[in-house]
Amino acid sequence: MKVPLSWLKDYVDIDMPLHEIARALTMLGLEVDEVRLVGLPMPVQEQHEFRFTGLSWETDKIVVAQINEVMPHPNADRLVLCRLYDGTQELVILTGAPNLYPYKGQGALEKPLKVAYAREGAKIYDGHQPGQVLTTLKRTKIRGFESFSMVCSEKELGISDEHEGVIILDDDAPTGMPLVDYMGDAVFDISILPNMIRNACIVGVARELAALTNKPLRKPKRTQPMDGPSIEGQVAIQITDSNLNPRFVVGLLRGAVPRPSPYWVQRRLRLAGMRPINSIVDATNYVMLELGEPLHAFDYDVLVKRADGKAPTIITRAAKQGEVLTTLDGIERKLDDFTILVCDTAGALSLAGVMGGLESEVTEQTRNVLLEGATWNFINTRRTVAAQKLSSEAAYRFARGIHPALALEGVELGLDRMAAWSGGQIAAGFVDAYPKPAVDPVVTLSEADVQRHLGIALSAKQIAALLRRLEFECTVNGSVVLAKTPPHRLDIGSDVVGQADLIEEIARHYGYDVIPETRLSDSLPPQRGNPLLDREEQLRDTLVNLGLQEIVTYRLTAPEREARLLEVANAPYVELANPIAPERRVLRRSLLASVLEVAERNSRLSDRLALFEIGPVFLPVAEKALPVEQARLAIVLSGERNPAAWDRSAGEPYDFYDLKGILEALFDALHINPVEYLPIEHSYYHPGKCARICAGETTFGVFGELHPLVKERYEFGSAPVLAAELDLSSILDLMPERYETRAVPVFPPVLEDIAVVVDENVPAERVRAVIQQAGGKLLTEIRLFDIFRGSQIGAGKKSMAYSLTYQAPDRTMTDQEAAQVRQRIIRRLEQELGAKIRSQ
Amino acid sequence: MPEGQTIIEQLEQIQQSALRALEMVQDEAALQEWRVAHLGRHSSVMQIFSHLSEVPKEERPRIGQRANQVKQALEAALEARAKQLKRLALERSLTSERLDVTLPGRQPVRGRLHPTTQTLRKIYSIFADMGFQIYRSRDVETDEYNFELLNIPAYHPARDMWDTFHTTRPGVILRTHTSPGQIHAMREFAPEPVRVILPGMCYRYEQISARSEIQFNQVEVLAVGRKITFSDMKGTLNDFARRMFGAQARTRLRPSYFPFTEPSAEMDVECFVCGGKGCQICKGSGWLEIMGCGMVHPIVLQNGGYDPRQYSGFAAGMGPERITLLLHRIEDIRYFWANDVRFLTQF
Ligand SMILES: [Zn+2]
Repeated sequence: MKVPLSWLKDYVDIDMPLHEIARALTMLGLEVDEVRLVGLPMPVQEQHEFRFTGLSWETDKIVVAQINEVMPHPNADRLVLCRLYDGTQELVILTGAPNLYPYKGQGALEKPLKVAYAREGAKIYDGHQPGQVLTTLKRTKIRGFESFSMVCSEKELGISDEHEGVIILDDDAPTGMPLVDYMGDAVFDISILPNMIRNACIVGVARELAALTNKPLRKPKRTQPMDGPSIEGQVAIQITDSNLNPRFVVGLLRGAVPRPSPYWVQRRLRLAGMRPINSIVDATNYVMLELGEPLHAFDYDVLVKRADGKAPTIITRAAKQGEVLTTLDGIERKLDDFTILVCDTAGALSLAGVMGGLESEVTEQTRNVLLEGATWNFINTRRTVAAQKLSSEAAYRFARGIHPALALEGVELGLDRMAAWSGGQIAAGFVDAYPKPAVDPVVTLSEADVQRHLGIALSAKQIAALLRRLEFECTVNGSVVLAKTPPHRLDIGSDVVGQADLIEEIARHYGYDVIPETRLSDSLPPQRGNPLLDREEQLRDTLVNLGLQEIVTYRLTAPEREARLLEVANAPYVELANPIAPERRVLRRSLLASVLEVAERNSRLSDRLALFEIGPVFLPVAEKALPVEQARLAIVLSGERNPAAWDRSAGEPYDFYDLKGILEALFDALHINPVEYLPIEHSYYHPGKCARICAGETTFGVFGELHPLVKERYEFGSAPVLAAELDLSSILDLMPERYETRAVPVFPPVLEDIAVVVDENVPAERVRAVIQQAGGKLLTEIRLFDIFRGSQIGAGKKSMAYSLTYQAPDRTMTDQEAAQVRQRIIRRLEQELGAKIRSQ
Repeated sequence: MPEGQTIIEQLEQIQQSALRALEMVQDEAALQEWRVAHLGRHSSVMQIFSHLSEVPKEERPRIGQRANQVKQALEAALEARAKQLKRLALERSLTSERLDVTLPGRQPVRGRLHPTTQTLRKIYSIFADMGFQIYRSRDVETDEYNFELLNIPAYHPARDMWDTFHTTRPGVILRTHTSPGQIHAMREFAPEPVRVILPGMCYRYEQISARSEIQFNQVEVLAVGRKITFSDMKGTLNDFARRMFGAQARTRLRPSYFPFTEPSAEMDVECFVCGGKGCQICKGSGWLEIMGCGMVHPIVLQNGGYDPRQYSGFAAGMGPERITLLLHRIEDIRYFWANDVRFLTQF
C-alpha cells in the first residue's frame, strides 16, 4: 500500500519528520518498506532506519511557472517555444511536449498554463532514459536555440513514469512558488498484514496515526449536493444469498461527463500506484484508496437498455458451474459455482468484487452512472481469485473481508467525487439492500486480563482511553471495560478471542517497545530432557571426531535419481501433488542415495571424502495417511586416506577396512557391544566387500564397497567408494544408559606372540573367538598384527600372527601358568580349526 | 737420576705444554688423544710417578706432591675443556638445525558439523539454560495439524502466508513450519506447563534461488503456563538474542501477524554488519528480522487442551539457516544443501 503524505494530512495533523512517521507506522504494525521522496528534502539523520529513495526538488531551481504564450518553432514541427514567467522574469524556452501543441499559435493565452519549471543547474531525472537517471540541466543549443531550463514531465520530477507531455498544474498553483512547497510529497510503502485490511486505505493509516498521537481524525466529508431526482424506482436489487452478499448499495449520478481528473487527483492516484483513466473511474479508485471500499461504476443507460427500457433489477447470485462472462480485460472466463456474480435480468454483468464485465463498463460516452458499493463473502472471493488467476485492487480487499458499513459510505463519497470532477447531479437517496446486518462484537475485558497477558498494569480507564482512540465505544464498569467494535473492522472476535484481539490493540498502541522485559516466573515443567536427541548428538560428535564431515541434503528427490543406487523402479513413494521441479517430486526412500549425490559432486573438488548424514527417509504405509519417517545414518568414504603433502606422497585410497574401522570406533565410543560383522550379498555393494552389522538378533546396517557397476552410474574417480547406511533408532536403542569400567591392572602381564596357520576361508573373527574362548579370563588382549601368505606355509593357507596378553587381576602370573593357557589355546585352534602353530 | 729441582722444573714444563695443547683441542676425539698423551700411562707426568723410586728419598715427598698437583690440574682442565666442547657442540647443532617454520604443519584430519547443526546447537544450549527442552515431530503432516488446529481454517486469508507442498494424498502435506509440533506437544503434556523448543525441517513451495529454498530448518519456542506474559516473552527472546548475537545486541519487537498468536510480533536485531547505519544486508533499515513471535492464540491453546481463561503462553519461530547466513555473511542460501566441501570446511 502506497501512502502519499499529502493525502494522509487531509485526515490527520502530522508534525513529525518523515523518518519518525515511518518509525511510528512500523511500530504500529504498518511496516514501512521504503519512503519515496517526491520533492521533499532527504531527511538528515545519524541513523537511517528506513530506505529513502526518490528525488528532492531544490527550492530555488524548481518552481511553479506560467506559460503565457505557446509559439511555433520556426524550423521544427515537433518543438514549440513558450513565453514563460517564472515569478521573477519572463523568458522564452523550448519544449517538445505534445500536450502543448494545441495551444500553439493562439497568441497570448487568456488563462496561462501553470507548469513545473526547472531552472539551469536543477537536478532532475533524465526523461529520455529508461528508469531513473539523475541529470543536471546544462546550457545546450537545440536547433540553433539556446536552451538552459525546461518545463518538466512527471517522469523528470520522479512523480511517475509518465513522459508523454509536461505536467499542467491546476490553475490555483501560485506562480513563482517553489514546487516543493506547492506539491512536494513523500510516499510511504507499507506492507499490510493479513488482519489489517482495514488499514489498506489512507483513512485507515491516518486513523492509526491519529490514535497514536492522540489527535482527531478528520473523516472525509461530502461537498456536493445530493438533491437530484430520487433514485427510488430507478433500480431494484435482489440478493439471492445474504451469506455471499451481505450488503449491496447503489447510488445514481445523472448527466456526468467523463474527462481528465484535476491534476492533483491524477497525481495522488499515480503516487498511490494507480493509473488515472477518467474522472468517473478515477473517483471509484480514489474512494477505494481513501476509504478502503472498492466501488464499481455501471453505465446506467446500458443497464436500462438491457432491461428493455425499464428500470433495471440487479441480481446477485452464485455462478452456475461453467457459466461464462467476458471481463473488462477482454477475457472470456468460465466460472465455478463459488464465484459470485452481479447480474441483471439479461444476464451476468460482473465478477462480484473481482472485476467488471465488458458490456456495462463506463466509457467516454457514459452520462448516467450507477455506482455500486457492496460486501462479498471473502472466501468466495479468494477462491475466485485463485481459480481465475485474476487479482485486482478490489479483489485484494474483498478477499480479506470488508465491513458492510463501508458500502454506504463508499457510494456516498464516490458519487460526491464523481460529481465534483465530472459534473452532473446526484440522485437523492440510495437503494440499499442489507439483508444481513453486521453485528459488531462487544468484548468484556478486565484489568486482570490485560495484566495476565501483557504483564503491565493498566487501569480500566486507561484501557478504555486507548481503545476509544481506535473508535471502540467503551463503557467502564469498575475494573472491567465493555468495548464495542467500531463499524469498519471485521478482525475483532468475541469472547476469549475478542479479548486477545483487544489485548493486541492495547499492546500495539501502548507500544511494544514500552512493555517491560521480564524473565519467566511460571513453574518449570517436569524435566524430561530428550534422551534420543542427546544420543543422536553424541553420535554426530563421535563421527566428527573420527574425521567425518556432516552434510544435510534435500529430502525431496526423484525416483530416477534414487534408482541409480536402488535399481528399484516401482517402490512406493510419498509423492508431491505440486512439485516445484520434476527432480524434487518425491520424498526420499534412501539416505545413502542423497549422500552419494553430494559425494559425486564433491569428488572432483577434494582428494579425500569422508561424509555422513543423519536424517529421515519416508516410507509410505498402505493403509495409513502418513508415512513412516525412519531416521538413518549414511556414511560415504572415497579417495585418499592421507592426501599428499609437501613431506609425503599420497597414500593408499580408502578401502573396506577404513569404513569398518570407523564403524568399530563409533560403536566403541557409544559403548555398543558386542557388534558382529557378517558377510552378506547386497544389490548395490561389491559381493565380496560387504557386511551387515548385527547386535544379537538385529541387523541394523549394511556397509561395503559400492558395486563397480553401481559406481559406474556416478561420476566418481578410480578410487573405490565405501558406503554405509544404518538404522538410527536401532543404534540409539543399543546405546546403554550406563556402562562399567575395569580396574587398571596392578600385576605385570605376560606377553607373547603366536602365529596361527589356517585355511584361507576361515574368517578372522572365528580364529579370534576360539583364542578368546580357550584363553578365558586370563587372556586380556588379543591383537592381530600380521597376516602372511606364501609358499612356506602352503597354498590356500594364511598365517595370522597375534600378540597375546595374559594377566591375572590378583597376582603376578608365572610363565608356567601362561604356558598352560597357551597350550589350551593351541589345542583348541588345532582341534576346531585344523590350525597349525608356526614356531616363532 | 736428575736433581730434584730439575724434576720440579720439568713438571712445570709438562703442565704448561699440556695446557697449551689442550687449548688446541677442538673435538671429542682430540680430547681423548690429549687425555692419553697427557694423563695416560705413558704420559710425562705418569712417567715421573713411575720413576719416583729413583729420586733421592728426602726429595720424594716434595716431588710426589708436586706431580700430584700437576696431574690434578690437568684432570680439572680436561674436565673443563670437555664441558666447554660439549657446550660448543650443542651451540653448533642448535644453530645448524634450523627449520623453516613457515612450512605447513601436519594437520590431523578434522571432521566438522554442518553449519546448520552448529547453529541449532547454539540455539538448543541457550534455551536449555532457560529450562526449555527439545521436542521433535514429523515432517509429513496433516492439513489439520499444520493449519486448522493452528487457527488457519481453509480459505483463511492467512493461508497466503505459506506456499504449501501437498502430497498426492488429500489432506497430507509437508509441514510449512514446526508449529504443528505445538499442538502435538501441548496435547502430550496438558495440563502440565510447557516449555519446549521444536526444531525441524520445513518445506515451502518456492522457486529455489539465492534467497529462498524449498526446505529449511525452523526452531519454534513454546511456553505455556498459568502466568506467562508478553513481557516474559520479550525478556526471554531478548535474553536469547543477546546470547546469540552478543551482549551488546539491540533488539526491537514490532507488531506483526500470525494466525496462531495474538498479539503477534516480529523481532528485529540491530544489523551487526553495519551497526544499524543501513547496508545491503539489512536493506538499508539497520535492522535484521530474526524471528516471529507472539502470545499463543486462545483457539490454539484450546486445541492443545489448555483453557485459555486460565492458561497463557508465548511462541516464537526462527530459522537457523537465516541466523547462520547473517552471522557469517553467506550470500546464497543454496549453499546449505549443496554441501560443497569448499563451503562446509569454512565452519
Ligand atoms: Zn546493515
